[in-house]
Amino acid sequence: MLTLYGQELRSRMLLGTARYPSPSILADAVRQAGTEVVTVSLRRETAGGRQGGAFFELIRELGVRVLPNTAGCYTVSEAVLTAKMAREVFGTNWIKLEVIGHHDTLQPDVFGLVEAARILASEGFEVFPYTTDDLVVAERLVEAGCKVLMPWCAPIGSAMGPQNIAALRTMRAHFPDVPLIVDAGIGRPSHATTVMELGYDAVLLNTAVAGAGNPALMAAAFAQAIDAGHAAFEAGMLEPRDMAVPSTPVIGKAVFS
Amino acid sequence: MRLIVNGEEQDLSAATLSELLAQLEYEGDWLATAVNGELVHRADRANRRLSDRDRIEILSPMKGG
Repeated sequence: MLTLYGQELRSRMLLGTARYPSPSILADAVRQAGTEVVTVSLRRETAGGRQGGAFFELIRELGVRVLPNTAGCYTVSEAVLTAKMAREVFGTNWIKLEVIGHHDTLQPDVFGLVEAARILASEGFEVFPYTTDDLVVAERLVEAGCKVLMPWCAPIGSAMGPQNIAALRTMRAHFPDVPLIVDAGIGRPSHATTVMELGYDAVLLNTAVAGAGNPALMAAAFAQAIDAGHAAFEAGMLEPRDMAVPSTPVIGKAVFS
Repeated sequence: MRLIVNGEEQDLSAATLSELLAQLEYEGDWLATAVNGELVHRADRANRRLSDRDRIEILSPMKGG
């Protein structure tokens, strides 16, 4: 069981709701994945509230917990205000905190991130910070009040998969008791399995599912891959060896010549 | 009076934030509002008076990653 800010979850797959071909395909993907947490956002409403209302209704019908984000925020004040507005709309203290530092790589501005996390945690938010795999930044985030960390494994939407396994491994070892969720950069199920095998607690995905030829089928594939990686970590894996080791016992083998 | 609603300058006569929402035909319980960079809770909209050049943000749920 995964516990995030006191909330117990069976599924270790968090799913974004953007970029699907249609709302019904999004709904299918959520159901196929068995995901219990979806990320959502806020935008300016121009049609008298009706556009957002239709999306809100869809999410309500899915019966899943929402994790609002501060996507697209480049400053601390913007991110903090967006978080407060998200709490007003979605009625949750959960916030996926993004403070973007660079428009090409979408990498987090980790300085602003720590500052915003401290402000939001002091105002009762339960912060899920989108961060890098930098250990010192992660320590600052924990000091700021974050009880979950969400390092990227590659740039958002890049589908590159884990680019720095050693850093992810170090982070896991350094924070044995903090739930760690890989957020951003996963492209295929094997990437998700890889990070789960490292002992990560969950994976947050969006583009890899939404952009697949068959998003619902891909959601199911990811759910299996994540569960497989987690089970493998729990089971304890063999370390690679340089030499062959026979798997069939040689004692008692017949001698024919 | 000139109000900047979601980045667009408009000539409007609303005295309060809730009047503004009604005038612009916003509906639903899923909107979040801010005036000049400060959140205005749903319950406070009727008491939040507006002045010339106020910047109002009206946000609603959207898909996100």
